[in-house]
Amino acid sequence: MDHHSNGFPITQVFGFVLSLVLTFVALFVAIKTSLSFNVIIWTIGTLAVIQAGLQLFMFMHLRDGQDSKAQTINVIYGVFIAVLTVAGSIWVMSFGGM
Amino acid sequence: MSANVNAALPLEYQSEQSRMNIFGFWIFLGAEIILFATLFATYAVMSHRYAGGPTQHDLFEINGVMIETILLLTSSFTCGLAIYEMHRNQKKGLLTWMVITLLLGAGFVGMEVTEFVHYVHEGATMQTSAFLSGFFVLLGTHGLHVSVGIGWAIMIMIQIAKKGLTPITARKAFIIGLYWHFLDVVWIFIFTFVYLKGMVS
Repeated sequence: MDHHSNGFPITQVFGFVLSLVLTFVALFVAIKTSLSFNVIIWTIGTLAVIQAGLQLFMFMHLRDGQDSKAQTINVIYGVFIAVLTVAGSIWVMSFGGM
Repeated sequence: MSANVNAALPLEYQSEQSRMNIFGFWIFLGAEIILFATLFATYAVMSHRYAGGPTQHDLFEINGVMIETILLLTSSFTCGLAIYEMHRNQKKGLLTWMVITLLLGAGFVGMEVTEFVHYVHEGATMQTSAFLSGFFVLLGTHGLHVSVGIGWAIMIMIQIAKKGLTPITARKAFIIGLYWHFLDVVWIFIFTFVYLKGMVS
């Protein structure tokens, strides 16, 4: 938990600065580089997943509390279904007509 | 504050009921992940169906998108600070950071509404194309969540102002905190896979 004797929220500040850096790196890669479309999408997608993990662990404290294991399994299951839904939809709709 | 507070546990985890409420909220967030996944899937599949209407390149402007992103990112940070103050038993700090969080959130919603009105004036409405239907439904659902969150947080803040920091009000504040951070997580993916992807040439 956030029990720091000096009262400085180091975890939150660190998470915020890191989020800003990741956001601007993604912006730079997408707008200012001339990499191929696929490389850009995989790079900024990876940056987004890292930043989402940052929010989950540093701000939402996913691993805290007595139910942390069940909470984590629940989120992993949600993400699994989400990836399956999005990737599956794109895949199945890529046949014919494009 | 009640006399039988267990110092080993944070205020929001004092009772079995609170523990279950927080766990239940994580289950709800799992369902929210899947709700947004269906909207992202729809947008991804429809994003090149323009029906002769405007494309991402015609509509999106990076400056406005960056301001929206920074507003929401900062509000997630200040919300984290609010819960941090709550864990230090600072009611005033909690309420102050919550007010700042909600002002940033309101700024975000204001920016988004302005953006939508601008698009509609350019002839890009929900009925224009499959791309824009998917776009407005995905972003509208997220914006609606932020708006509902602002109203919800105001009610929690009134309770905290009236009843003080108790195990029950602390649990409620903790849960709205989880909700608010989750909305920022969803925005990260909108920023990346709707705006940035749309602006890559």
